Amino acid sequence: MIPSLLAWFTDPANWSGPDGIPTRVLEHLVYTGVTVLVAAAIAIPLGLWVGHTGRARWLVSLANSARAVPTLGLLFAAVLWVGPLIPGSLAFTLPSIAVLVLLAIPPLLAGTYAGIEAVDPAARDAAAGVGMRGRQVLWQVEVPNALPLILSGTRSAVLQVVATATIAAYVGLGGLGRYLIDGLALADYPQTAGGAILVAVLAVALEGLLALLQRRVVSPGLTGRAAAGSRNDDDARAPEESDGTTVDLRTHA
Amino acid sequence: MIRFDAVTKQYPDGTVAVDDLSLTAPTGRITVLVGPSGCGKTTSLRMVNRMIEPTRGSIALDGRDTGRMDQAELRRGIGYVIQHAGLFPHRTVLDNIGTVPRLLGWSRRRTRERSRELLERVGLDPHLGDRYPAQLSGGQQQRVGVARALAADPPVMLMDEPFSAVDPIVREQLQDEFLRLQGELGKTIVFVTHDIDEAIKLGDQVAVLRVGGRLAQVAEPAYLLAHPADDFVADFVGRDRGYRALQFQETPRLALRAERTVVLGEQPGTAESGWLLVVDDDRRPLGWVEPARIGARAVEDSDLHRGGTVARQSGTLRGALDAALSSPSRRGVVVDESGSLVGTVLAHEVLSAIEENDRPEREEGDPVRGGAVTIAGDGA
Amino acid sequence: MDWLSQNWRTVIDLAGAHLYLAGVPLVIGLVVSVPLGWAAKRWNRSYPAIITTTGLLYTIPSLALFVIMPLLIGTQILDPANVVIAMTIYTVALLVRTVADGLKAVPDHVEQAATAMGYGGARRLFGVELPLAVPVIASGLRVAAVSNVSIVSVASLIGVAQLGDLLVDGFNRVIAGELVTGILATVALALALDAVIVVGTRALTPWTRVVGGRP
Repeated sequence: MIPSLLAWFTDPANWSGPDGIPTRVLEHLVYTGVTVLVAAAIAIPLGLWVGHTGRARWLVSLANSARAVPTLGLLFAAVLWVGPLIPGSLAFTLPSIAVLVLLAIPPLLAGTYAGIEAVDPAARDAAAGVGMRGRQVLWQVEVPNALPLILSGTRSAVLQVVATATIAAYVGLGGLGRYLIDGLALADYPQTAGGAILVAVLAVALEGLLALLQRRVVSPGLTGRAAAGSRNDDDARAPEESDGTTVDLRTHA
Repeated sequence: MIRFDAVTKQYPDGTVAVDDLSLTAPTGRITVLVGPSGCGKTTSLRMVNRMIEPTRGSIALDGRDTGRMDQAELRRGIGYVIQHAGLFPHRTVLDNIGTVPRLLGWSRRRTRERSRELLERVGLDPHLGDRYPAQLSGGQQQRVGVARALAADPPVMLMDEPFSAVDPIVREQLQDEFLRLQGELGKTIVFVTHDIDEAIKLGDQVAVLRVGGRLAQVAEPAYLLAHPADDFVADFVGRDRGYRALQFQETPRLALRAERTVVLGEQPGTAESGWLLVVDDDRRPLGWVEPARIGARAVEDSDLHRGGTVARQSGTLRGALDAALSSPSRRGVVVDESGSLVGTVLAHEVLSAIEENDRPEREEGDPVRGGAVTIAGDGA
Repeated sequence: MDWLSQNWRTVIDLAGAHLYLAGVPLVIGLVVSVPLGWAAKRWNRSYPAIITTTGLLYTIPSLALFVIMPLLIGTQILDPANVVIAMTIYTVALLVRTVADGLKAVPDHVEQAATAMGYGGARRLFGVELPLAVPVIASGLRVAAVSNVSIVSVASLIGVAQLGDLLVDGFNRVIAGELVTGILATVALALALDAVIVVGTRALTPWTRVVGGRP
């Protein structure tokens, strides 16, 4: 099995053209990028609003319980019922993208909301007390402190989308999932396995990149990395910080 | 000056947190609000900067009705210190301190300079400036909280149990430093605490509130101790009132006795029963020993009985009495400013001095109602 | 609905297979996660390493993992074992962190009191720490259970029979009733499993019931 797999990877034909590896990788990245951006544009403001005002918390619970619905089912349902309404080749891609966006919203929403909720109430009180207006409290204090969990939610969302996009190849979406699905249909195991490995590598690489981004963007005062300093004298107010990524909100697919 | 005018806070479900509070916090003085849980002291404090809005009545800051001012601007002119400091974890210590100046539009450079200055002022090491709050101890965080409140040099400060979240030793340090700072700055301060001892130690004026938000009594600490208005206040102020009031008494000159001493490391030179005072080369008292136990050898560190406290000659009668009571020989050790032995005093001699002294508080009834407060004799 | 009334036997069969494929990994995963999680908590330096490795495994999309299994363990492509093992890996990845955090959440003073009374290592773990960590572990288990049920349906794409077959067949033959039944049955199974865990947790933690049922 391994030799034929290697052969698939080294075959130059697989590296060019519309079915070539670079094209498929790019497609997959584009789907992921667009989806997460759209989902973020919906979920993050919503999460900020729910967290800041404390209203409509049921939205977050609802989003979390969406975890129980099988992604495959959603994809199929979307293509069957929404697809016919859309002309041309987009009949397959658009419903799939819509489902991807829908699936990316819960982790982003939950992460944003949890992040804002986790902000130290004393810090919030102090922010208002020193004379910050509502908007200033939100952007200068709440969001920076919520960043670890917001980014954690983003990572979950990205992985969710990468995984679901892979499966969506079954209903006609492009991307790396094509190799898996086509390979299965043709009983071409090297292609299937090749696609699987590529997807796995892509997922891990994205996760790593985002983790690095998180380290850069989040204030060192929040990550507990800074807590190695001098904490002599009186009472130890030991913060139980890790790197803030305590939220695993993936529905997975 | 802060004036509460018939201020009431009632919640929609009917609970009354503050009930018809009328009180004046004089300019440049510390007014302490104290009382048991549920007495509305924190609520009252938070109505000054409108973190909570009064249901009835008004609060005036130097004559201006706070209800009419813009909320954010009002708060930028008031220093606000809370329990657990409420520092912004994502900002460095210096950035935390500079919060209000930045809000007011100061330049970055000016803000930084001011922040550094305040860091030192509150007694912190300059290199802590670039640290994050999570790297600081509780006491250090509180100091930063105070520095942040002082950054824009507001004339008024509101402090809500700022020293409660630290252990007693640190608390005492913070209280002493706070008094020193206030001595330099002279802000108008409203301070909330549940600890009557802290209230008496820090307050120029103490307002005792009862559960349900009514004012029970407001007076200078010495007067409060001597003339509690009713059983509730008497109970709340607690026992040992007379003893605690001693710290406010003026210190008469006590007649001190000469005391025989031995320097640490030398032989006692006597075999009498009883106690002998041990000093160092500068005549600073180290402890007591029993020569009968030691015999002919030199006095060592492990022989010392350290139980007795040491009173300063310029200190309070309370200190002198305690020195006498705690000393194993019943002779209280008194030292001068540099810590060198002056002499000893017996308990009954201190008590005689107390009895001969005038009572510290004035007898004219509550000294504070809408006017300035004058302090009758600093005890410490 | 018509389709369901005519085909309920098939649905039951598939649901049984689905329960097996989702449930067995849950049990094995839990058993494996407890020692791993305990190790991660006990030796603090290993915590990041263990958590990162398991986290990385969770990153791999399910279809990809199902397909790579034959390469790793030499099974056939259509072997259900691929699914069970892959799902176990996911469960472990999810639960190790939960177990570690659950054990960390046991108050220090309780641990120390137990040690002072003479509880040795293993007895303390099983007699004191684990029971107290049950609420946290249970919440992680619920997430894993629901997650597993949802993911397993993907296995239809590699020909392993379970409720996902209703989805694929309903889609391919455009039978709306079948597709909808498939979705609802999967959701129902997930919720049922979730409920079982909740009830089981309550049974294991009688002290929370007395206090007012906070989980």
